[in-house]
Amino acid sequence: MNPLLLLLFIPILTMAGIVIVTDLKWVRVISAIGMSAQLLFSFVLLYWFYQQRGAGNTDPMLFVSSTMWYESFNIQWKFGIDGISMAMILLTSIVTFAGIFVSWQVENLQKEFFISLILLATGVYGFFISIDLFTMFLFYEVAVIPMYLLIGIWGTGPKEYSAMKLTLMLMGGSALLLVGMLGIYFNSAPEGGQLTFDLLEIKRVGIPLSAQLFFFPFTFIGFGVLGALFPFHTWSPDGHASAPTAVSMLHAGVLMKLGGYGAFRVAMYLMPEAAHELAWIFIILTSISVVYGAFGAIWQKDLKYINAYSSVSHCGLVLFALLMMNETATTGAILQMISHGLMTALFFALIGMIYGRTHTRMIHEMGGLMKVIPFLSVLYVIAGLASLGLPGLSGFVAEMTIFVGAFQHSDTFHRIATIVAISSIVITAVYILRVVGTLLLGPLKNDHYLHLQDATWFEKVGGVTLVIAIAAIGMAPLWLSNLIREPLTAILQTLTN
Amino acid sequence: MNWDTLYILRQEILLTVLILIQLIGDLSEDEKRKSIIHVTLFSFLLFTLLGFLPGEPASLFGGMYVSDDLRTLLKNILSISTLIILLQSSSWLQKPDNQTKIGAFYLSLFSTLMGMYFMIAAGNFLMLYLGLELATLPLTLLAAFDKQLRRSAEAGVKLLMSSAVSSAVLLFGLSMIYGVYGTFYFTELSVLSDSSYLSVLALIFFIAGLAFKLSLVPFHLWTADVYEGAPLSVTSYFSVVSKGAALFTLMLVLYRVFATQNATWSLALNILAITTMVVGNLFALRQKNMKRFLAFSSITQAGFMMLGFMNGGSLGMTTLVYFMLIYAVSNLAIFGVLAIVSNTTSKENMDDFNGFYKTNPGLSLIMLVSLFSLAGIPPVAGFFGKFFLFTAAASSGLYILVFIAVLNATLSLYYYLLVVKAMFINTNDTPIPTLHTTLYEKAAFALCLMGVAVIGFMSSLYNYIQSLM
Repeated sequence: MNPLLLLLFIPILTMAGIVIVTDLKWVRVISAIGMSAQLLFSFVLLYWFYQQRGAGNTDPMLFVSSTMWYESFNIQWKFGIDGISMAMILLTSIVTFAGIFVSWQVENLQKEFFISLILLATGVYGFFISIDLFTMFLFYEVAVIPMYLLIGIWGTGPKEYSAMKLTLMLMGGSALLLVGMLGIYFNSAPEGGQLTFDLLEIKRVGIPLSAQLFFFPFTFIGFGVLGALFPFHTWSPDGHASAPTAVSMLHAGVLMKLGGYGAFRVAMYLMPEAAHELAWIFIILTSISVVYGAFGAIWQKDLKYINAYSSVSHCGLVLFALLMMNETATTGAILQMISHGLMTALFFALIGMIYGRTHTRMIHEMGGLMKVIPFLSVLYVIAGLASLGLPGLSGFVAEMTIFVGAFQHSDTFHRIATIVAISSIVITAVYILRVVGTLLLGPLKNDHYLHLQDATWFEKVGGVTLVIAIAAIGMAPLWLSNLIREPLTAILQTLTN
Repeated sequence: MNWDTLYILRQEILLTVLILIQLIGDLSEDEKRKSIIHVTLFSFLLFTLLGFLPGEPASLFGGMYVSDDLRTLLKNILSISTLIILLQSSSWLQKPDNQTKIGAFYLSLFSTLMGMYFMIAAGNFLMLYLGLELATLPLTLLAAFDKQLRRSAEAGVKLLMSSAVSSAVLLFGLSMIYGVYGTFYFTELSVLSDSSYLSVLALIFFIAGLAFKLSLVPFHLWTADVYEGAPLSVTSYFSVVSKGAALFTLMLVLYRVFATQNATWSLALNILAITTMVVGNLFALRQKNMKRFLAFSSITQAGFMMLGFMNGGSLGMTTLVYFMLIYAVSNLAIFGVLAIVSNTTSKENMDDFNGFYKTNPGLSLIMLVSLFSLAGIPPVAGFFGKFFLFTAAASSGLYILVFIAVLNATLSLYYYLLVVKAMFINTNDTPIPTLHTTLYEKAAFALCLMGVAVIGFMSSLYNYIQSLM
């Protein structure tokens, strides 16, 4: 059996386990055990991955297996991973693991909450291991739809509105995607022969340029909606702000990465000529995303909105870097996906914990929290510093790589776009430091806060896991960037020619 | 008449026997009436199973009646759906108001089913028309079944009038076909048919006639009122079995008889698909009554079905049958839940479902899964059905149509989610109490859920249907 299937079976078994038990304690324990097993298995998989590469296996995808599913459409269950998907799987399991611990004390309908959360994660894993476009799309939608219930039932604020807006916009994105996908499918055999959804096979044969130019925008924007591409990002602030903590974590941390990953793996990988022709449009849009998101964050007063806009900015940077289409910048893009996934998850986790104690997310109503909840506050500062790109933490590695890569283009258009994007670093520093200053330092604004408890054990587990990962990437980025760079080199050769 | 003939006609003959049983059952005393329900259910189950016996392709009565594996499968889909409806309607029929009318209900239901069988088995347009009339007239009885209620009687009359018009339109088309080609036999027409102006016009009239049955826009105006007025079990019969029979008939005629005029009918259905999806969706958005809501939802779904016709080959036909099967199980599951709620509380509005999950988690989950299936959300079956419909349309290069359809699918998700929102998110001071489901209803849900959960993953089923084309 393909070991990758375990990535799907472990969550499914966990969900089955949660369905069976009745006691809340057991629901938590089973979720925790299941997701810990998943985290452990991801690292085992990483080990096997290195082992295979070490043994001289140079196939573009490892652990490939395929089973015919719908013969008349040539749809297969085809799974396999390369370095990029391996990195994304690691990210997913770390964030999901932390998410389970952060939601330890979720109120009402706990069983349903954990099942929906794990279902979402299952969709994400399935997406990252799929090589067949059809199954990829299937898992994409499996990952998106639980969001509606998760935000609608357990969310805060205008949760029904946000849940509906988010779901419909993402599903509208997948409408574009579906058209793009069918276009790719029906052009996958231009010289006759079997049509296919198999990414590797489509890449080998190549899609005619006229079809590429028509379907590239559909596919890229389709994924771009999930990757918060301007002007399709508007679901993101509302959705993140209303979602319960763990859902914001998973959504900003992992689900938005599906957009960037898909835009690269499907749109740009399969339609390189069109990507070259049309890149300029999307470079403009993503530059706007980066700066607009950052400026948006400055004006917000709600912690979650600040972080949601910051996510728009950072995810815009991912797409921006991918469109630069050189090795350094794309490596940076993947690094940024991982780095942003981890630190935004940490941010949302901390915001959730702070909100759980102070019952407000408005920064002006709080102050001096460093004195009463030092553990959480220090974690918040670490997340903030990672976000504004302090050397030693993951954000620096990613952003540095991206901008070095982007500067390798010497023409005026790319230069201007890069300079615009770089300016976001300064703006990021403004809103991060402002929040840290008002929220954590200064005098204590409310006497009730004197009695706040610092982090509990399960909150510490969730938070520390993420901090370790952020620091690990920041201190020793090479193991990760090598893992990413190796498949990128091969892919980029086809992109630049 | 020999044994072979009897064997080929087994489904129709057995159905006649079932009808006769009802007549005898009606003679019994009032207290014993309830046992008729059980007898009928079990004999219908037996009847459904017998439908799966293997058979050879055959043609009877000089080519008037045709039987082959595909047609048998189509009939079986209708009988399974009817079986589910019978299971769901059992507790409704046991209500004191309805006890005296049990025989009449089954009698009319089986008569329409018989008519639909003849529509599907027809090898000649006259036979098709006879079947259509047999299927329609008892339906008006069923629509007006709650005769003491004004809206039910109104539904019956409305249906009667619109059916009469649609029959007239259809017959007009048929008369032109006869005028052009001088024959009504499918086998001869499939060779003769060409795209002369008159035959194109004939085809348009024929499609319009069946479009009434399928409730495609602009022939849909009767739908919402009839669905709302008729009793729930009848409404589900309308939206699944009656619609299915019309779809299958249209499919058989277009693909088998007018295959050469593919370009004409795919253009006509392309336009109908767009209007139906858009108008159905827009009206569904603001419905408060669940029956009206499902009426417009089923109109929209019929619009999606038309996408299958865009592929003139076996891909299109297979997908149509496959989608109809999925639509049937998903829709019937929803109607099942509504029927249980409506029987005990007579609540039929969307607001009444607020907080439904708190009191009836099982039923809510059934609704959730089936609504997702209708909306085309994976991993339930509806996703696969819709995806293949889109593929069928894209195979002819109609990407704009696909795009409109997918946008409509997204729009339809909005109102399906409204029901989900009512059940799971909204709160209610007086929620629907915890409801009891009978064994029959459980069996019906089991059948539906099995279909919704499994069909999508069973590529063998798709391959099997394709092998029959």
